Amino acid sequence: MSYSNNEVIQTDHITKTVQRSSLWKEVMKRFFKRKMAIAGLIILLLVFLFSFIGPFFSPYMTAGTNPQEIHQAPSLSHWLGTDHLGRDVLTRLMLAGRISLTVGIGAMLLAVTIGGILGILAGYYGGLIDQIVMRIADILMTLPGLPLLFIMAAIMSEWQVPAEQRLYIVMIMLSLVNWPSLARLIRSQVLSLREREFMVATEVLGLRDKRKVLNHLLPNVVPLLIVTATLSVGGAILSESVLSFFGLGVVPPTASWGNMINTANTLIDFTNRPWLWIPPGVAIFVTVIAVNLLGDGLRDSIDPNMKGR
Amino acid sequence: MTQQKPLLSVNHLKTYFQSDDGLVKAVDGINFDVYQGETVCIVGESGCGKSVTAMSIMGLLPDSSTIQGSINLDGEELTKLSKGNMRRIRGNKLSMIFQEPMTSLNPVMTIGEQITEVLLEHQVISKKQAIKKSLELIKLVGIGRGEQIIKSYPHQLSGGMLQRVMIAIALACDPKMLIADEPTTALDVTIQAQVLNLLQDLKEETNMSMLLITHDLGVVAEVADRVVVMYAGKVVEQGTVEEIFTDPKHPYTRGLLQAKPVLGSRKKRLYTIPGQVPKLVDLKPSCYFADRCEHCMEICTQQTPELKCNDNSEHKVACWLYEKEVVHQ
Ligand SMILES: Nc1ncnc2c1ncn2[C@@H]1O[C@H](COP(=O)(O)OP(=O)(O)O)[C@@H](O)[C@H]1O
Ligand code: SF4
Ligand SMILES: [Mg+2]
Repeated sequence: MSYSNNEVIQTDHITKTVQRSSLWKEVMKRFFKRKMAIAGLIILLLVFLFSFIGPFFSPYMTAGTNPQEIHQAPSLSHWLGTDHLGRDVLTRLMLAGRISLTVGIGAMLLAVTIGGILGILAGYYGGLIDQIVMRIADILMTLPGLPLLFIMAAIMSEWQVPAEQRLYIVMIMLSLVNWPSLARLIRSQVLSLREREFMVATEVLGLRDKRKVLNHLLPNVVPLLIVTATLSVGGAILSESVLSFFGLGVVPPTASWGNMINTANTLIDFTNRPWLWIPPGVAIFVTVIAVNLLGDGLRDSIDPNMKGR
Repeated sequence: MTQQKPLLSVNHLKTYFQSDDGLVKAVDGINFDVYQGETVCIVGESGCGKSVTAMSIMGLLPDSSTIQGSINLDGEELTKLSKGNMRRIRGNKLSMIFQEPMTSLNPVMTIGEQITEVLLEHQVISKKQAIKKSLELIKLVGIGRGEQIIKSYPHQLSGGMLQRVMIAIALACDPKMLIADEPTTALDVTIQAQVLNLLQDLKEETNMSMLLITHDLGVVAEVADRVVVMYAGKVVEQGTVEEIFTDPKHPYTRGLLQAKPVLGSRKKRLYTIPGQVPKLVDLKPSCYFADRCEHCMEICTQQTPELKCNDNSEHKVACWLYEKEVVHQ
C-alpha cells in the first residue's frame, strides 16, 4: 500500500461549479426565484424613481405656494389636488419621498455602522468592552423607543433647530434608538462564530486580530447585516413618519410623508379632502411593505445562519 | 537519536481544567521529546488527554485551564512567551492540522485567500508572490488544476481535498514542527492512506518533525519513528515503533495492539479493551488502568507506577509488573 507523492487527484468535476458560482452569484440565483422579493425590489425602485426623478417632470416643482389655488380637488392640472397653501400635492408627495427615503436609509446606515462595529467588538473581545457596550445597549433597549424619540424631538424643538437641519438630527435620533438591537444581534452571531472550528483555526495559524476580524468574522456577519439593515429601513421610515406627523420630526416647509398627513389634521380636511392624507399614507404603507418583502427575500436567499453548509 | 538536542521537549507538563465536577487533570505530568526530522505518535483512546497535550504545546488553552512544566521548542520556552510572540510562532515555525477539514476552513473565503493569508501574515512577501507560492503548495500536496482550486470555496471540494488544502496551509511557512491531531479520522478509509502517505512524504522532503496524534495503531505502524502511549492524562509507555510493536510491555498497549484494525480494511474491530477511560477528576494514587487490567495487583490500587526504563534501552513503561523491587504475589 504505497501512494506516490506525485500522484495528483483528479479535479475535473469541480471545474464547472467553480466557474458558475461565486457565493454571491448563488445568492442572486436564489433571490431571483422569489417573486415576492422581486415585487418588493421593483416597487422600491419605482418609489425611488417617483421621488428622485419624478419632480423633474412636474410643472409645479418650483411653484411653491399659490393663494389662488388652495384646497383644490384632484383634476387634470393637479392630479392629486392641492393643499391649504395651494401647493400641488403630487409634487409635494414626490419631494417628501426624497426626505422620507433619505432619512430612512441614512438612519439605517448610521445604526448599522454603530451597531455593527460595537456588536463585533463586544462579541469578539468580550470582557470589559462587552460589558460596557451591552450595558449601554440594555439601558437604551429598556427605554421604550417612541417616547424616547418624542422626548429627544421635544428637546430639539426647544432648542429651535432650523427646519433644514432637523432632517439630520432625526436620522441621528433614529439610529441612536436602533443600534442596540442590531449590536446585540451581531454580537450573538459573532459569539457563535467564535466557537466555529475555522475561527479556532485562525488562532492556530497565528493570524493577528485585524485579519481574524476583517477577513474571517466580518464576511460571515455581512449577510446578517444586510438583511437586518434592509428590514430596519422600513422601521426607520415609519418612525420618521410618526414623529413628523406629530410635528416633532421633519417640519414644514420641508415635506415628509408624515408631516403631509398632518396637513389633514382637522375633521373637515380628513373627511372632505382625502387627497391630502391618502396619498402620503399609501406611500408610507407601500414603501414599508416593499422594504419588508425585499428584506425577507434577502434573508431567505442569503441564509445568514449558513444552514446546510 | 539521543546525541543531538531535541527540537521539541515537553517536561513535567501538567494541564488542569477547573470544571463544575472539580479539577480535571487532563494532562498530568508527561515528558517526551521530538527530534529533528522525526515522527512521534501519541496514541491512546478518546479522552486520554492527547488533544489537550497538542493545544498546550500550541498555547491555545481556554481560560479555565492552568499549565505547569516546560515546553521547549528549538531552544525557546513556549510557556514563558508573551501572547504576541507565541502568535508569531504559530502557523510559522509550529503548525497544526485538525481532524475536521470540512469545518476548519472559512466557508465564505476562497481556498486561495486562506492559503495566501498565512503567508502574508508570517512572511515578508507581496500578494503576487504569495499567490505564486500558494499554487506551488497546492501542487506540492498533490492537487491538480491549482488555478481553479484557489478560486473555489471549501464546500466545492471533497473532504480528502480539503485535508490536502489544510496541509498546504499548515506547511505554507515551512514549519519546523507539525502537530497533526487525528488528521485522517474524519476521512474515508481509502483517502486516509493517501493523506498519511502524503504527510509522510512531505515530512521527509522538508525534514520537519511531526507529532501525530491518533487512536489508531494501524496509522502508527505506517509512519511513526517513536511512540508515546497515553492513558488518563499520563504516559504509560514510550519507545521506538519496533519496541512498541514487537515487545509491548504495558497491558494497555497490549490491549490497544489487540484492538488494532488493519489499515485500509473495513473490518470491524475484533477486540476492544473492556471498560473505559476513568473521569480525570479526583483520581487517587493508583495505576489508573487498574480496574481494566487483568494483571492488577494490590500495589496497583495503592501507588501510581512511574514511567521508567527497565533495561538499557529508551523503552519506558509505567507498570508495577516491571518494577524489580515489587515482590510479585
Ligand atoms: N476545556 C476543557 N474543560 C474541562 N475539561 C476538558 C476540557 N478540554 C478537555 N477536557 C477533558 O480533558 C480530557 C482529555 O481530553 P482530550 O485531550 O480532548 O482527549 P483526547 O485524547 O481524546 O484528545 C477529557 O476528559 C476532557 O473531558
Ligand atoms: S500497574 Fe498494575 S494495574 Fe497498572 S497496568 Fe501494570 S499491572 Fe496493570
Ligand atoms: Mg482528541
